[in-house]
Amino acid sequence: MDELTPIPDHGLSWLEASGDHADIVLSTRVRVARNIQGYAFGPRARVNDREAVLKRFRDSAARTDGLRDGSLLELSELDSRFRHVLLERRLLTRELLGEGDGGPARGAAVLLSGRDPLSVLVNEEDHLRIQSLVSGLRLSEAWSFVDRLDEELGQELPFAYHHEFGYLTSCPTNVGTGLRASVFMHLPGLVLTKEIGRVLQGLGQVGLTFRGLYGEGSEVVGNFFQVSNQTTLGQTEEDLVDHLDKVVRQVIEYESKARQVLLRDARAVTEDKIWRAYGLLRYARSLSFEELMNLLSGVRLGASLKLLPGLRVYTLNKIMIFTQPAHLEQAAGRDLPPAENDVHRASYVRSVLASEGDVPPKGVGGDEFPERA
Amino acid sequence: MVCDNCGSGDAVVHLTQIVNNEMSTYHLCEKCAAAKGLETSPESVNIPLTDFLAQMGQTPSGEEGDPEVTCDFCGLTFADFRETGRLGCPHCYATFETQLRGLLRRIHGATQHVGKVYLPPDPSANEMEKRLEGLRRKLQRAVDAEDFERAAELRDKIRDLEPAR
Repeated sequence: MDELTPIPDHGLSWLEASGDHADIVLSTRVRVARNIQGYAFGPRARVNDREAVLKRFRDSAARTDGLRDGSLLELSELDSRFRHVLLERRLLTRELLGEGDGGPARGAAVLLSGRDPLSVLVNEEDHLRIQSLVSGLRLSEAWSFVDRLDEELGQELPFAYHHEFGYLTSCPTNVGTGLRASVFMHLPGLVLTKEIGRVLQGLGQVGLTFRGLYGEGSEVVGNFFQVSNQTTLGQTEEDLVDHLDKVVRQVIEYESKARQVLLRDARAVTEDKIWRAYGLLRYARSLSFEELMNLLSGVRLGASLKLLPGLRVYTLNKIMIFTQPAHLEQAAGRDLPPAENDVHRASYVRSVLASEGDVPPKGVGGDEFPERA
Repeated sequence: MVCDNCGSGDAVVHLTQIVNNEMSTYHLCEKCAAAKGLETSPESVNIPLTDFLAQMGQTPSGEEGDPEVTCDFCGLTFADFRETGRLGCPHCYATFETQLRGLLRRIHGATQHVGKVYLPPDPSANEMEKRLEGLRRKLQRAVDAEDFERAAELRDKIRDLEPAR
């Protein structure tokens, strides 16, 4: 992972499993979209527009406290595998990577702050996407980071702003505050008790929406959901963030109740599912990413319910990130065909669980939960 | 809550319609909602913007706009916007202002930004006043939330701006 050393904390602080409700909420992300006056937006920008945007941003960042010591990575200068490692760490977006369009556009870049959990995507759909990604449920903290950096950059760069419509963005669904706050949640209790449909439908009714692991258009895998605000205009940033926070806390409460229902009404089945998932992860010789995510979901539930004592949420977060294809290839130092990828994945999981996730077969909880006849 | 339509099912779909500026709300059970053609599955929550825009062309609301109208700055036509769902540059918002107002109302339920007031590097007195209003609102919020560190920061910012008036 030598190549990653220039990245502050290797871009992984968001999986440290700190912050509120870290067993249910993996991470919180807040971003605002900003554009600089005088240039066409991302999809319509010409090469010299994009280069000018990057240059102006680079000059401003050098005068900005939070960014001065950061690392600015121009995507076209990175090799493809490394770009995918950054994507798998959720520091880039597919759009910025230019997948399907022959690689990243000129001027596409990401700046990672050396001081705060902040980064700026340059020349994505909008000129700048200022974002903060933190562990657990910490919406107002993430918003404060973004707000402060936005203030600083706004004094350096003339942002596109309209007296009625607010901050102007390429897509009208982002206009106004330009703010998207999202919370990455693990909701196996609601899925297993079949309550999830109602909860997700409820989100739609209160102006929120949900997505899968990698954001827009991605599938829901392993019972992980990203819940975010749907609208960006007509409410203050604080109201948008508070509303999401309130609803997410309610969803956490529903999820906790669903878990209690599982333990009360289907304890034996639930325990069996969790231990089977653990057994497969601990000993399997080949795992696809999708299978791994589903098994991790069971094990994560077990760790959260203290049915798998000693297993830390951090270990599970780490497994989730380091078993993605580009991370496995990075560790192997070469391209891996899918079948080999699956073998490397299983081997990585076994070694991590052996060193920091070994659970005694009977479990410490054996006394608390007597065997049934 | 009981379904407004059949009077027996449990109402799970709450539909608010605005027709001719008249708002009405219906509470429907899953069956009656499906019969009325309303999807209740979670997959239907995300409506792609391009579909939204395509529908917009069919609404007789007088907001369709001339597809040939072109942005002076970036050359985007309204027809291009309909096709891609993306505007070309900040000037497009002025060029297509009337049509956009209708669209924004349908997407966001509002057209007036009430969040942060941007202060450009060379602000007018009016912009400065708006900005101060926004900061005072934020300060009040920080005090209410007992976030005194943030409140102190905002107070300093207000103090820095005030003499400039």
